[in-house]
Amino acid sequence: MLREVSARPVAPVPRPRFARLARRRSADAASARRWQPPTTERPLARWLLIALALGFLGFVLVIPLVLVFVEALKSGIGVYVAALADPDALAAIRLTLLISAIAVPANLVFGLAAAWAIAKFQFVGKSFLITLIDLPFSVSPVIAGLVFVLLFGSQGYFGPWLSDLGIEIVFAVPGIALATIFVTFPFVARELIPLMQEQGSGDEEAAISLGASGWKTFWLVTLPNVRWALLYGVLLCNARAMGEFGAVSVISGHIRGVTDTMPLHVEILYNEYAFPAAFAVASLLALLALVTLSIKSFLEWRHGASLKAQRSL
Amino acid sequence: MDISVRRLCKEFDRYPALNGVSLEVGSGELIALLGPSGSGKTTLLRLIAGLEFPTSGSIYFGKEDASQKSVQERNVGFVFQHYALFRHMTVIDNISFGLRVRGRRNRPSDAAIRKRASDLLDLIQLPNVANRFPHQLSGGQRQRVALARALAIEPRVLLLDEPFGALDAKVRKELRRWLRELHERTGHTTIFVTHDQEEAMEMSDRVVVMSQGRIEQVGTPDEIYDRPASPFVFSFIGDSGELAVTIDRGEVFLDGRSLGPLAEGLPDGRARMFLRPHDLEITDDPAGAISGEVATVRRHAATRRIEIAVGEKRQRIEVAVPATRGFVPEGTQTFRPVRCRLFPAN
Amino acid sequence: MVSAVLPKLKEPSVIPGFGTTLGFTLFYLSAIVLIPLGALVLRAAGLGLSEFLTLAGDPRTLAALKLSFLASLAAASINAVFGLLVAWVLVRYDFFGRRLIDAIIDLPFALPTAVAGIALTSLYAPNGWIGGVLEPLGLKVAYTPIGVVVALTFVGLPFVVRTVEPVLRDLDREVEEASATLGAGRLATVTRVVLPALLPALLTGYALALARAIGEYGSVIFIAGNIPYVSEIAPLLIVIRLEEYNYAAATAVAAEMLAIAFLMLLAINLIQAYSRRRFGHAA
Repeated sequence: MLREVSARPVAPVPRPRFARLARRRSADAASARRWQPPTTERPLARWLLIALALGFLGFVLVIPLVLVFVEALKSGIGVYVAALADPDALAAIRLTLLISAIAVPANLVFGLAAAWAIAKFQFVGKSFLITLIDLPFSVSPVIAGLVFVLLFGSQGYFGPWLSDLGIEIVFAVPGIALATIFVTFPFVARELIPLMQEQGSGDEEAAISLGASGWKTFWLVTLPNVRWALLYGVLLCNARAMGEFGAVSVISGHIRGVTDTMPLHVEILYNEYAFPAAFAVASLLALLALVTLSIKSFLEWRHGASLKAQRSL
Repeated sequence: MDISVRRLCKEFDRYPALNGVSLEVGSGELIALLGPSGSGKTTLLRLIAGLEFPTSGSIYFGKEDASQKSVQERNVGFVFQHYALFRHMTVIDNISFGLRVRGRRNRPSDAAIRKRASDLLDLIQLPNVANRFPHQLSGGQRQRVALARALAIEPRVLLLDEPFGALDAKVRKELRRWLRELHERTGHTTIFVTHDQEEAMEMSDRVVVMSQGRIEQVGTPDEIYDRPASPFVFSFIGDSGELAVTIDRGEVFLDGRSLGPLAEGLPDGRARMFLRPHDLEITDDPAGAISGEVATVRRHAATRRIEIAVGEKRQRIEVAVPATRGFVPEGTQTFRPVRCRLFPAN
Repeated sequence: MVSAVLPKLKEPSVIPGFGTTLGFTLFYLSAIVLIPLGALVLRAAGLGLSEFLTLAGDPRTLAALKLSFLASLAAASINAVFGLLVAWVLVRYDFFGRRLIDAIIDLPFALPTAVAGIALTSLYAPNGWIGGVLEPLGLKVAYTPIGVVVALTFVGLPFVVRTVEPVLRDLDREVEEASATLGAGRLATVTRVVLPALLPALLTGYALALARAIGEYGSVIFIAGNIPYVSEIAPLLIVIRLEEYNYAAATAVAAEMLAIAFLMLLAINLIQAYSRRRFGHAA
């Protein structure tokens, strides 16, 4: 019978702590000269690149943003408040809110319908449909305004007919709303479509197999799954709807106190050299942008996973 | 090129990944670093390559201290677990990359680079994929291209991190044999990391078993299997069972029953007894034998494994008997260790 | 009629609502986007070839289109360089305020263009914070084509950063380590291994920034000075023609711009297709 017996191998002799520290220090000192981590740049290059990037962003983004608030408040808080309390300014704010209240829900309903049709079913021509939905992003906002003038203006295809009926679209609220809907068209849909495609239709199929109706399935299963992406899309849609300039400028007719939105009002005041007032109204819009960015960052930070990891523009 | 690793330590944010490791690798050897995940084997490999910098200790390539050298200067061939091929380059561009990035003085002529790359394609038996892109290759093909790319720079050492980890079982087996043959032909000093003991035993000249940032044992596959140096190695390699016993003047006792003078030279007190299923035999002779109740019987390749619950703690021990014996044990069974290993409990 | 044709073109499914949602989608898409754009194309076609060519070939129109295109090209190029740099710094380095910087990148998407326009104009005007420094050096920005480039740079900035960022983040570090073990220095690794992998994303971002800049109106008109033949952009010319009730001329310019926009869209899709073929995934 073969028997083997062994003891545990001799444990390494513990080295005094200071000796280890001393050796480590000398190794680090030498490493500063020779060894380099292979996947990053030397510290000097690193700081240079950071400084260059921050400098660029400072000039292009930060300083203009700061300037808006400085110019707005330069002439004192009294002028600032007076500029915002001006009846024309208030009318512009009201109109902007109204336009956004029309455009955002319209595109929200469209976004949900389009995402449902595209994500939950397989049909011919789907990718072409997605391309068409993104189309308004590629079109100049000025053209977005122009097309509605060509349709509904006095020389437009439906112009004479509409004027017979006494319906005003161009140089009136409906035209502004249409142009705004056009430029904000893809925002909600493009947040929802990729997310719902990724989620598939397993949850919905399960709900329906358990006897839920289509509506119930949508309310109780689909909507909770996409609620953060929906909010995200609505947020971006709203920011663009309130801030749209080119499209609205073409179709509004710039009637003070009637068809001027906030951005148009900013333009009028600026062109009249009423700079403090122009920047006062502009500061409200800038504030809206900052709030939008904050909520957007918060959503990305808190619910990034349910917004879809891979975000493209 | 022989490699000497001396008292190497590496900490990541104060967490010790490698704890005073020393290792000598002879020129032309094929060495496996084997251990569970987190044992420090990949860290050791990356330290040798120069992808990480040690907290302390040194690494010698031959007589030259390589510890301070950057990864570029060390001239090692490294094959990554997921191959890390350059996706925007064709296979041939991947393979010639290492030669093309050399300084003008050391760079071979274009013709020489092309020649070397196509020779390597022949060596990896993929002469027809030169102009394909990596995503057009199978996993096994990518693996071989990664190896050719590493060999192109005529490395002093070849280091492979889990080279077959991402491949399916069949391809893995083929590639193992192929790599072993390639090593015999090219004679590169080669170190590879694996968590698969079968792979380590089958391929390497010597196996380095690692655990918790330390080397547990270095030896040939036979030594590792037959003479494990620590409880960890015994239980990590192959099938094994363990019994808690006590030693009194060289005699081993299980629950107060003597198993015979198995522990000469070992200190008195509690000890751990390690047994392999193949080193146990069923017996009728109760002297020096262990008995227990049969818990389960399973078929295992050419043997039948009888699991026996032993002693007051009902510790499970597996005994292997030839499947041809047609033996259906029931109730109490007695077995005797033909071979066993004892380690003092601490 | 619709429901009778569609089921044949679609896979069967237990989920209801296909006809309703797709029907609504197509109706809404047509009403808001397709019919209005169709009206523009119809108008342009209705001009007849010779009149269209006369209007489209008008020197002022050509000058405006040229400015829009060249200034957009310049701005997109600036954004390609700095957008890559910003994406690199945001993904690779950790520094104080990184999250804040990351959030503010999207400012041009969120800030109304008119606000950006008046802010940049005040900044670069001869008496502005930056313009006041540049003026004595003989560099005029506001009311020149350079001002147009500045505004378009602002507008296009997020595109390159946001297309390059995710690709850079997903880039396998092992690839850079592999390059280093093969003897490549850091600069060689970045230029030969990392940048080529980022190229499709960079090109996509470039094309997106370019497309956006060509159509941009609000942020440009304040800073441009709008001098015909010098600093008048194409979208502004459309507005001017409309204000003159010269619908034909406005339509002709718009049709040209629409054609450019479609070409850009095509270019972006080609880049994506190329990237898929070359790397096995889209940029």
